[in-house]
Amino acid sequence: MSETVPSIPPPSRGPHAALTEPRPVRIALILLAVAFLALFLLLPLAVVFVEALSKGVGAYLDTFAEPDAQAAIRLTLLVAVIAVPLNVAFGLCASWAIAKFDFRGRNLLITLIDLPFSVSPVVAGLIYVLLFGAQGLFGPFLHRHGIEIIFAVPGIVLATVFVTFPFVARELIPLMQDQGTTDEEAALTLGASPWRVFRTVTLPNVRWALLYGVLLCNARAMGEFGAVSVVSGRIRGLTTTMPLHVEILYNEYNYVAAFGIASLLALLALVTLAGKSFLEWRHADALAGRGAH
Amino acid sequence: MTAGFAPTTLTLRRDAQVRSVEVAAPERLRHAGTSVRVDAIVKRYAGAGPAALEGVSLAIEPGELLALLGPSGSGKTTLLRVIAGLEIPDGGRVFFGSQDTTDLPVQRRGVGFVFQHYALFRHLTVFENIAYGLRSRPRAHRPKEDEIRRRVERLLELVQLPDLAKRYPGQLSGGQRQRVALARALAVEPSVLLLDEPFGALDAQVRKDLRRWLREIHRETGQTTIFVTHDQDEALELADRIAILNKGRIEQVGAAHEVQDHPASRFVMSFVGETARLAAEVSDGQVRVAGRPVIAAEPGWPQGAVDLCLRPWDLTVGQGPGTLPGTVREWRRTGRGTVAEILLDGAEAPVEVKVTEVYEPGDRVALAVGAARVFARG
Repeated sequence: MSETVPSIPPPSRGPHAALTEPRPVRIALILLAVAFLALFLLLPLAVVFVEALSKGVGAYLDTFAEPDAQAAIRLTLLVAVIAVPLNVAFGLCASWAIAKFDFRGRNLLITLIDLPFSVSPVVAGLIYVLLFGAQGLFGPFLHRHGIEIIFAVPGIVLATVFVTFPFVARELIPLMQDQGTTDEEAALTLGASPWRVFRTVTLPNVRWALLYGVLLCNARAMGEFGAVSVVSGRIRGLTTTMPLHVEILYNEYNYVAAFGIASLLALLALVTLAGKSFLEWRHADALAGRGAH
Repeated sequence: MTAGFAPTTLTLRRDAQVRSVEVAAPERLRHAGTSVRVDAIVKRYAGAGPAALEGVSLAIEPGELLALLGPSGSGKTTLLRVIAGLEIPDGGRVFFGSQDTTDLPVQRRGVGFVFQHYALFRHLTVFENIAYGLRSRPRAHRPKEDEIRRRVERLLELVQLPDLAKRYPGQLSGGQRQRVALARALAVEPSVLLLDEPFGALDAQVRKDLRRWLREIHRETGQTTIFVTHDQDEALELADRIAILNKGRIEQVGAAHEVQDHPASRFVMSFVGETARLAAEVSDGQVRVAGRPVIAAEPGWPQGAVDLCLRPWDLTVGQGPGTLPGTVREWRRTGRGTVAEILLDGAEAPVEVKVTEVYEPGDRVALAVGAARVFARG
């Protein structure tokens, strides 16, 4: 999990003599790092695409023509479209409250926001089953009113929101704390309404961090397996997201289709990575422009 | 002067007639210069510790330039923020003119506030920063686009930065940012201008220039202005009057010469200039140090155990009765002559005294006292 990007100083160019290891040591270290990266990251990524294309491009593309696959893709997008905005709203509220106000229980709130990182996603899923499942706390009530949550789309959305909710808040809190409240105070003394202050001062000040958080949140929302797996019930074409669909296909020995869908998720990861790098570059730029503020 | 709150005029001329008339605009106060009065302000911050302000009362005349001077933690910034409406006092009232503004939200007080680190909006250009206050007005009172442009350009000229409208704050020097911050605060035609350590973050030369320049701006706009500083030179040079704060209380309010020549307390004496302090005793019309008379006591001075406070420039190397013995710590040449650092017998810290001869560390000298102040011990 990346901490605030801004705090990382730019690497200084040109090695300092005192800090430079002998050449062989340097080469050995670099090779080790590259080998590790290749073995654990690049190789699996390559395997995904090789397996997906093992029966040719035609078979690969057929994977996506399948109605169940399309349903899984649609569901994944739907879940992300609901979960990400919810987390943006929540993240903004929470980080605003934590960074700009001093209140009792502030530290508790910070700890709670991190909870989804420390709780196993399976447990997160189980919580919802215990709450909303047929035998759960609210199960009978929900059943009576014909509301389905577990083994249906709402459950998947809830589980995804739970698992992803730290992403936006975690990006914004350190930045907002660092920026303090004087910009907002300045806007208030100039006569701006609280809403205008938020829209024209607070939001622009955190826009890159917010986008960064949204990117990470989205990647996780689309890729989440554990929690969603517990609440989904895996009804093909109805409650399977892309990661679940990959597993189903794999268990059916349909490797081309499984890796085909997996390649889509891998592409998403690559796009996220590219976007993240771009933002880090932009972010650093914006920060340099900030100067001594 | 009913046109005073028509949002088309920017009153830049100092005009006693204009300032004495208070005109309340429909949604906010607006005066060319209004009086400010704080009455028994108490402010405590959450948590333990003494109150930041312990019953501070102060009256500021229309058009006055007042300095709040004090060491860090004296409550001067808190007082400024209470006047602005950025802090809500636990007790006491704030008045702008005759209106009680204690409960008026900060947006509607009509103050211009310049923050210590300027707090410019970094994603907006200089132009948009200055225009921010005008664009924040309710639609009915918002000037038209060309009117905003005209006013911002005029303010940019006032702060001598006409060519920087399209720059971003990150592209400006500290002094330029300070000027933009002031222009932004002036754009809303505040009835009171408040500056928090306006030159605190600038280097010495820029500080000096900006001080002179702020004086000129004040002369031009005639705005009631309150600024916070911990630098006594800045306060003495710039302000009409100085309020000296210590530990949440006002120790003295007065013009520069008053606080310098007639300090009301030992704290004020030592804060507005270098001071040597000796334990002494007043009896039989004489101030005595270690039993020997040093200087005649003036009428009204306290009797008994006192602190004798001396300015280094009131001390000269001399001989005979009434001189104070001391030891030279160091001797050196400076741009303005030679000085000796002398530790008077019984004093805690050495003082720098102008001398004409050459001394070695350890030399014993006697200092004649030209003038002194005494304060009851305690």
